Amino acid sequence: MPRSTIRVVLIAILLIPPLNCFAADTATLVLAIKAVGREGRGNREANQAVVELSQQDVSALPAVLRGFRDANPLAANYLRGAVEAIADRTLKAGKPLPKESLEKLIRDVEQDPRGRRLAYELLVRVDNSAPDRIIPDLLLDPSPEFRRDAVARLIVSGEKLLKDKAEDDAKAAFKKALSGATDDDQVKTIAKQLKGLKEEIDLQKHFGFLTSWRVVGPFDNEGLKGFDITYPPEEKLDFAAKYEGQKGEVAWDKVATDHEYGIVNIAKQIAPHKGAAMYLTTEFHSSAARVVEFRLGTPNAWKIWVNGKLLFGRDEYHRGMAIDQYRVRGELKPGANTILLKLCQNEQKDDWAQRYEFQLRVADLSGLGLPSQPAQTTSQK
Amino acid sequence: MLFRSLVSTFAFGLLLTATQPVSADWRQFRGSDSSAVALDSKLPAEWVDGDKPQNIAWKLKLPGRGLGSPIVVNGRVFVTCSSGFAQDRLHVLCFDAAKGQKLWERQFWATGRTMTHPKTCTAASSPCSDGQRIFALFSSNDIVCLDLDGNLQWFRGITHDFPNCSNSLGMASSPIVIGDTLIAQTENDADSFANGLDVYTGESRWKRTRPKRASWTSPSPLKDSVSGETLALLQSSAGVEAVKPQTGEVVWTYKSGAATIPSLTVSEGLAYVPSNGLTVLQTEAGKSEPKQLWNVAKLGPATPTPLVLGKKAYVLGGAGVLACANVEDGQTAWQLRLEGPFTASPVATADRLYFVSETGVCQVVQIGGEKGEVVGKSELTLGKNEPADLIQSTPAIDGNALFIRSDAFLWKIAETK
Repeated sequence: MPRSTIRVVLIAILLIPPLNCFAADTATLVLAIKAVGREGRGNREANQAVVELSQQDVSALPAVLRGFRDANPLAANYLRGAVEAIADRTLKAGKPLPKESLEKLIRDVEQDPRGRRLAYELLVRVDNSAPDRIIPDLLLDPSPEFRRDAVARLIVSGEKLLKDKAEDDAKAAFKKALSGATDDDQVKTIAKQLKGLKEEIDLQKHFGFLTSWRVVGPFDNEGLKGFDITYPPEEKLDFAAKYEGQKGEVAWDKVATDHEYGIVNIAKQIAPHKGAAMYLTTEFHSSAARVVEFRLGTPNAWKIWVNGKLLFGRDEYHRGMAIDQYRVRGELKPGANTILLKLCQNEQKDDWAQRYEFQLRVADLSGLGLPSQPAQTTSQK
Repeated sequence: MLFRSLVSTFAFGLLLTATQPVSADWRQFRGSDSSAVALDSKLPAEWVDGDKPQNIAWKLKLPGRGLGSPIVVNGRVFVTCSSGFAQDRLHVLCFDAAKGQKLWERQFWATGRTMTHPKTCTAASSPCSDGQRIFALFSSNDIVCLDLDGNLQWFRGITHDFPNCSNSLGMASSPIVIGDTLIAQTENDADSFANGLDVYTGESRWKRTRPKRASWTSPSPLKDSVSGETLALLQSSAGVEAVKPQTGEVVWTYKSGAATIPSLTVSEGLAYVPSNGLTVLQTEAGKSEPKQLWNVAKLGPATPTPLVLGKKAYVLGGAGVLACANVEDGQTAWQLRLEGPFTASPVATADRLYFVSETGVCQVVQIGGEKGEVVGKSELTLGKNEPADLIQSTPAIDGNALFIRSDAFLWKIAETK
C-alpha cells in the first residue's frame, strides 16, 4: 500500500466517529502497521497506527492476532505491542478475554506461529488449564516455542516412567519427544536418556548436518584480504581443475566428518592453515522447490552460495561458535542443489584463535532438520 | 467553595513536596548525566538480605536474564530482560519504585541475532529515557520505544535492517538521549556504525560508520566547555569522536586508541578516557583534535567505568585495586583493595562509593579523607546460604534508594527503620 494512501486512510479514520466503524478500523490499522519496512520506512504511519490500535476494544484481539500472517518481524512486534496493551487494559478493568476465539486461533495452524503463540500466552493468563489441554497436541507444530513446551512435557513424562521402572514406555516417550525437539539443550537431555536405555541416536541425521564435502585450498587470506577476493571456485566449480593456491598448486579433495554435531575441523582434518581461505562444496537434494534456512556455526569468516547465488557473508573471526549461530534463508530447487562455502582463517596467534571449523545444516523455517533426498549417508555408525 | 478546595489541594501538594524526598531520576547507564553520582542521596552503608532483611525495601524475581542497569523515571523503575532457549524473547518491565509492585510488562521478539557469550545475554544494554519515553536496546540490536505506561511508540530492528551488524559474543553498549536524539552505538567486526535516532519516530537522523572492531563501550554526553553544547562522545578501539547529537557532525577526534570494554566518563567538561591507561581530554576551540590534559599509564581500568567526583578520579583496576587519583595531574592519592571480581561500574553519593561484585558482595567506601575506607560490606543472596546469582549490572540511585539487579533479581536498598 502506498504511503500516501495509508496517510489518507489514517486521516479519514481520525475524522470518523468511533462507533460502528470498529472492524474497518482494526483492519486498516493492522495494514498500516504491516507496511513498516527497513531503515524506518513506514515508521511514522506504523507509530500512529499502533497508538490507535492499542486503544481498541478487546473484541478486536482476534482480528489483530490474525493480522500476524505475512507480517515482517518489525510489524509483528508492533502488533504484539498493541495486543499486549489491549489485553492489559482489559484485564485491569476486570473484563474477560475472548477465550474461545483465542483457543480457536491457537489451534489453527494456518495462522502465523507468532500470533498463535501470543494468543496462547494471553489464554494462559486467564485459563490455567489451557497448557494441559493444548500443548500435548503441538509436538510437531510450526512454532518452535509450542514444540519446546510439548517436548518438555514428554521429557518429564519419560523421566517419571524411568523412575517407575517402566523402561519401554520411557523409551517411547523420549523417542516421541525427540521427534519434535530442535533446541539443543532438549536434544542433549533426550539423547542422554536414550543412551542410558541402550538406544543410540544419530544426531547428524536428526539435525540434518551436511557431513560429506569436497574441499580445495588454501588460498591467500593474509591481511584478511582474501575474504573479498574472487578465487576461481566462486566462478566455476570444476573438480578436475588445479589452482594456484597460497602455498602452491591446489586441487579438490574430499573430506567427511563423523562428529555427532557435524563439525568439519579443517585445522585438524586438513591443516592448521593461517591467513587462508578454503572452499567447500556439497550437494543437497530436495524433492520440491522450497524456502529453507541454511544454519551455520563457525568461528571463522565465511560466505555461502546456493546454486551459484551468494546468500550471505560475514567477515568476523573468533567471536565464538554455536549450533545455528547463523540462519540464512534461501531457496532450494527440486533435485540437486549446490552449496558452496568459503571459510577464511586469520593470522592471530592466540591459543583461542586457532579454530578453523564449521557445521552446516539445512532446516525448515522452524528449525526442524531436513534430510537430503535421497538421504545423504551419515558417517555415524 | 471551589476556590477553597483548590487552595487546600494546593497546600496539601506543597506539603507532600516538602516532606517527600526529591526523586532525581536515574535515566540511563550511570545516571541521567552519565556521571554515576547522586550528590543529594543518602544511602545505607550496610544491609542484610535473607529471612530477616534489613535496609532492603523489596526484592523481586525477574522473568528473564539481564545485565542492563535499572533506570528510574518519575518514581518508576524500568528493567529489561531476555528469556527463552535462544534468549530471543525481549522484556521491558516497569515497577513502582516505592512498593516494588509490577505496573506493566511488555514482550517482543528479537529480530536480530541473539547468540552471546554465556556470561552475557540479549538484555545486556541499559535502557534510557527522556522522561517521557523508555528506549530499550538489546544485543539483537532491536530498539523498543514505549511511553511510561507501556504503550509501544515505535520499534526498530537495526540488525534486521543491516544483517551484518552483530557480534557473536553479544553487544552491550547502552544508548543515551541528548535533547530529542537517541544515540546508539552498534559497533562490531563487520558492519559497524552509530546511529542518531529521532526519539519521536525512531527514524535515523544520522548514521555514522565506525571502526570495524567490536566495542562494548557506551556513548557519553559531554557538556562542551567551548560551545556550551552537549556533545555525544563515541568511544572505540580507534579513539574517541565527539559528535553533535542532532546531526552526527564530528566536532573533534581523538586518534590514540581507547579501550573497547570500560567506557569513558565525563565531569565538568572533561572526558576521562580509558586510553593508554587513563587520558583526560578537553575540547580546544577551533581544533579538530582535543587537548590532552594528562595521561597516566598505570590508571587503566578493568571492566568498570571510572568515576570522577569532586577533585578525584576513581579507577578500579584488574586485581580489584581501587585507585584514587587527583584530577589535576592524575597522581595517585591512595589505593584500596576490594573484594571482586567486578563487572558493574561503581556509583556514588557525595561522600561514598558503592561497589557491587559479580558474586553480590557490596562494598561501601567512604571518601573525602586522606585514604578511602570500607565502611560497609553486605551480601546479596538468593536464599539461606545461597549467594546471589551473577551481578554485572551497574546499580541505579534514585532519591535515597539504591537499585541493584542480578541476572534474575532486582533489589531496592533503602533505610527501612
